[in-house]
Amino acid sequence: MEEGEIIIGLEIHCQLNTKSKLFCGCSTDFRDNEPNTHTCPDCLGLPGSMPRLNKQAVMYALKVAKALNCTIREDSEFSRKNYFYPDLNKGFQITQHDKPLAEWGKLLIDGDNGEKEIRITRIHIEEDPGRSVHMGTTDRGKYTLVDYNRAGIPLIEIVTEPDLRSPKEARKFLNKLRATLEYLNVFDSEKEGSLRVDANISHRGFARVEVKNISSYKGVEKALTFEITRQRNLLRRGQTVARETRHFVEARGVTTSSRSKEEENDYRYFPDPDLPPIRVASWVDGILLPELPDARRERFISQYGISPEHSKTLTGGLKLAEFYESVAMEDPGLAATWTADYLLGELNYRDFSIDAMPAELFKELLTLVKNSAITDKSAVEILRIILDAVKEGKNPERPQEIVTRLGLAKTSGDQITIAIQEVIAEQKAAVEDYHAGKMPALNFLVGQVMKKCRGRADPGNLNSLLKEILDKKA
Amino acid sequence: MVTTDDVRKIANLADIGLDDEEISEFAKQCSGILEYFAVLDTLDQDKPLVHERYNILREDEVLPSLSQEESLQNAGLKEKGYFKAPRVM
Amino acid sequence: MKKLSFHPDDSVNAFITTIPEVSYGDGPLSGVTVAVKDNISTRGIETTCASKILKGYIPPFDAHVVTLLKDAGAAIVGKTNMDEFGMGSSTENSAYGPTLNPLDHSRVPGGSSGGSAAAVAAGLVDCAIGSDTGGSIRCPASFCGIVGLKPTYGRVSRYGLIAYANSLEQVGPLARDVSTLSRLYSVMAGYDPRDGTSVDRPYSHTLSADIKGLRIGVPDDFFGEGVNTKVAETVRKAVETLESLGARAEPCSLPSMKYALSACYVISTSEASSNLARFDGIRFGPATDTPKSWHDAFSEQRKAGFGKEVRRRIMLGTFSLAAGYYGRYYQKAQTARQMVRDDFDRLFKNYDVIASPTMPDIAFKIGEMKDPLQMYLSDVLTVPANLAGVPALSVPCGRVEGMPVGLQLIGRRFEDERLIDTAYAFEQEAV
Repeated sequence: MEEGEIIIGLEIHCQLNTKSKLFCGCSTDFRDNEPNTHTCPDCLGLPGSMPRLNKQAVMYALKVAKALNCTIREDSEFSRKNYFYPDLNKGFQITQHDKPLAEWGKLLIDGDNGEKEIRITRIHIEEDPGRSVHMGTTDRGKYTLVDYNRAGIPLIEIVTEPDLRSPKEARKFLNKLRATLEYLNVFDSEKEGSLRVDANISHRGFARVEVKNISSYKGVEKALTFEITRQRNLLRRGQTVARETRHFVEARGVTTSSRSKEEENDYRYFPDPDLPPIRVASWVDGILLPELPDARRERFISQYGISPEHSKTLTGGLKLAEFYESVAMEDPGLAATWTADYLLGELNYRDFSIDAMPAELFKELLTLVKNSAITDKSAVEILRIILDAVKEGKNPERPQEIVTRLGLAKTSGDQITIAIQEVIAEQKAAVEDYHAGKMPALNFLVGQVMKKCRGRADPGNLNSLLKEILDKKA
Repeated sequence: MVTTDDVRKIANLADIGLDDEEISEFAKQCSGILEYFAVLDTLDQDKPLVHERYNILREDEVLPSLSQEESLQNAGLKEKGYFKAPRVM
Repeated sequence: MKKLSFHPDDSVNAFITTIPEVSYGDGPLSGVTVAVKDNISTRGIETTCASKILKGYIPPFDAHVVTLLKDAGAAIVGKTNMDEFGMGSSTENSAYGPTLNPLDHSRVPGGSSGGSAAAVAAGLVDCAIGSDTGGSIRCPASFCGIVGLKPTYGRVSRYGLIAYANSLEQVGPLARDVSTLSRLYSVMAGYDPRDGTSVDRPYSHTLSADIKGLRIGVPDDFFGEGVNTKVAETVRKAVETLESLGARAEPCSLPSMKYALSACYVISTSEASSNLARFDGIRFGPATDTPKSWHDAFSEQRKAGFGKEVRRRIMLGTFSLAAGYYGRYYQKAQTARQMVRDDFDRLFKNYDVIASPTMPDIAFKIGEMKDPLQMYLSDVLTVPANLAGVPALSVPCGRVEGMPVGLQLIGRRFEDERLIDTAYAFEQEAV
C-alpha cells in the first residue's frame, strides 16, 4: 500500500519573558525557587480573584505576529477553556479561542527541496497552568503534588498549517522560529520548559495523530521519526492508524498511546466575562522590529564577506550572532571560520552555550592565529584549555598566558631551518629516496622535522620549505 | 427532552456527583427548564454583543506575592510546600 | 481605634458569622454597623457563600468594597446568610438553614441576599451590603420592606466578590431608608484597578426630593399575568404618588422581556458552571485525603459540598455551553441580551426612569416554592436590569396581606443618582 506523503503541522507554546505574569503581578522568575512562593489570590484562583491583562505580554505577542507576517485581528477576545486537572486551579484556562490575536502569517525555511514558506494559521495568548508532580507507585499510594508558581506565566501559542513534509523540516522550522523569537527578545530559549511542542502527523489520506509533550528541538525530530515509522509499519501490515493523541517519552524516544480524557472533552469555550476585548491592530505600525535572522544573515554576507554557510550558522541564535560581531572586527573571515567551525564544536561537546566563551579571550586567540604566532593545532589546544577551566568553574587564563606557560610559540624560521638541517644529516636514506623521486620520503622527512620541533611548525609551510632546501642540495 | 443518560454525561463533564434518584429528578427538571429556555431558539439572527470597553491593560510590574505559608493557608492537605491532590489516573 | 460589641438577637438566622468585638476607625461611616453578605471576601474572617464546600475558608485578602468600608470607619459586625453561591431567591438554599422574614417568620426574606436584608429589616444593623445577579438585592429588599440598590454595572468593584455570574452581578447597599443607603453607596462606588470591568464613576451625591418633570415609563410587560393583581395595584398607586410630586407617567413596552428570563438564566448558569469549577478541595475547602482518582474524588467532593440547587444550575450551565447539547443557547442568550439593552436605550430616549413592581408577589411561605422553574420565574421583573447593566433599586411602597411590596425603579446607566432621588422623593412623601 502506497503510504503517500507525510503531512506535519506543529503547535508551539513559548513562554514570554515578561517580568510579571499574564494576569497578575507575581514575578515570572520562579525557577529554582521553593514551590508556591510566586503566587497570589489571582494566579492561585482563589474565590473572588480577578485577572488583569499584562500589556507587555500583548506587545510581545504583537511583535511575534508582525515578525511572522500575520494579520492582527481588529477585535481579539479571551476565552475560557473549561476542563479539570489538578494544575489548572480555576478549573479553566484563560486562552483565546475564536478571536485570536493574529492569523495567517508565514515563516521561510530551508525545506527539503529548497526554500519554502510555512504558513502560520494563528498566534494567540494564553496562560500556563501550574505544575503537577506525580508521586507514589501503587494505586492506593499514588497522589499528586501541585506547585502553582508557573500558573499564569504568559504563553503564546503558534499554530502552523500542515505544510511540513518531514521531521527534518520540522526541526528546521523550530530552529528558525526559536532564533526569531530570540532576536525579538521576547523569549529566553535557555529557560527549561520555555518552549513546548505538540505535533500533528499523518500520511496523506490516513488518520492524523497528535503527539504531545515534546519539550526539546531534538525531541521533535526523534518523536516525528518514530511516529512516521510506527504509522508506516501499521499501514504496511494493512492495519489502520487510529486517530488519537499520543505522548512522546523523550527518554525512550517513543510515542505511547495516551488515555487522556482530552478527546472526549468538550471545552465549552465562552468569552471570559472579566476581560474586555482588545483592539490592538493599529498598534502594529508603531512596533519596530529588530533585525531578524534572515536580514542578519544577508548583512553578515555583505558586510563581513563571509560565506552563506558560515552566515547561516552564525545567525542561528541571537547570542551567537552577537558574539560573532563582537570578535569579527580584525578579520571577519578568520573569526567566522574559528567561531563556526571550531568553537561551536567545542561548545557542543561540553554542552555549553556561547556564554561560556569570554569574547575578549577569543579575540586574543584570533589575533595570535592571525599573526601566525601559533599553529592552528595549538589554537585548538588553547581553546580547549579555556573551556575546560570554565567547566571546572575556574577563571580561564588568557591565551597569551597559556602560550607562554606551555611554550606554544610557533617555532621561528631559524629554528626550523636548523631542525631541517639536522634531519637531512640524520636521515640520509630518506633524502636519497626523495632525490630518487619517491614522494612518500618527503612526508617522512616532514614528520621527522615536526618531531624535532615538537609539533610547533606549520606542516604546510614545512613541506614547501623542506622541498626547497632539498632541491637546492640536489 | 433530557434523558438520564444526558444527565450522566453532563454530570461527568462537570465533575458533579449525583446519586441515582437525583439523576432522574434532574432529568425531569432540566428538561422542563431547558424547554422553557427554548424561547431563545425563536431568535433568528445572531446579534453580537456590543462591547463598549476594550484594551483594559496593566503595566508589566512585579507586585509582592503571598508567602508560601499564606498560599497554603487554606489547603486541606500539603506536603513539602506543595498542595496535595488525589492521583490523576 | 474604637471598639463596639455586637451580640444581636438573631432569631431570624440572618448571620452565619458574627463578630462580638469590632474595631473601627474614623471616617464618613465611623461606627456605622454594616453586615456583609457571606460571598464577599473578608480577610481573616470565614467566608462560606453559605456552602459546605467553603466551610473553614479564610480569605487572605479583603474584597475591595470591604477595604473601602473599613477605611471609612465602618464596623463590620458579621457575615450574612444567603442562598448558596447566590443561587436562589429565598435564602432557603443555605447550608446554614434558611433565614426568616423578620415581618413574618413563616415566610422567606427573599434571596439571595436574604440575610443582609433581614439583618437590616430586623434592626440588627444600620445597613448591609449584598450582591445582585438577577435580583438578589432587590428581591429581599422588596420582601422585607427596605431599600436596596443594584448599581450600574461597573460602578462598584467586584474584586473579592465570589463570582456567580461575572457579567451580570454587582455588589450593592441595603438600608432601612434612602439617605443611609446613599451614604453607604458613596463609600462603595469607585474605580478599582484590580477589576477589569470597573469604571471610574464614584458616587458623591446630595439627595434631592425634587422630581418635577421626571418622565416615568411604566411597561405593560412588567404587569402581565403572573403578577399578583394587588401587588400591581399597590405599585400603580405608588406611581401616582410620584405623579403627584410632579412626575409624568406613561405606559410603554419592553418586547424583549419575553426572552429576558431565559437569557439571564442561560448566561448566569453558564458563567457559574465555569466559576464554580475551582471548588475542588485542593487550595481551599475540606481536605480530600483519598486513594480515589482525581475525577472520582472531585465528583464526590462536589456532591457532598454543593447543595442541590447549585448542582442543578451547574448542570444547566454545562448543558447550555456543551456542543452536543444546548451549546447554541449561550450565543442566543447574548443576542437576547443585546436586544434587552437596545430596548432600554430606546425607552430611555423618552423616559428618565422605568417603574414596575420589584417582585410579582409578596414573600411566599418557607417551603412553598418546590419547583425550581417556579422559583426562577419569580425573577422575571428583576433580570432585565442585570442583562442591560443599568441601575435598579427597590423602595417599599405599601403592603399586601400585611407583607411589604417593593416599587422597582430602573434608570439609565450611571444615573443611579436619579433613581436614588426618585426613591427619596417617594419615601419623603410616603412618610
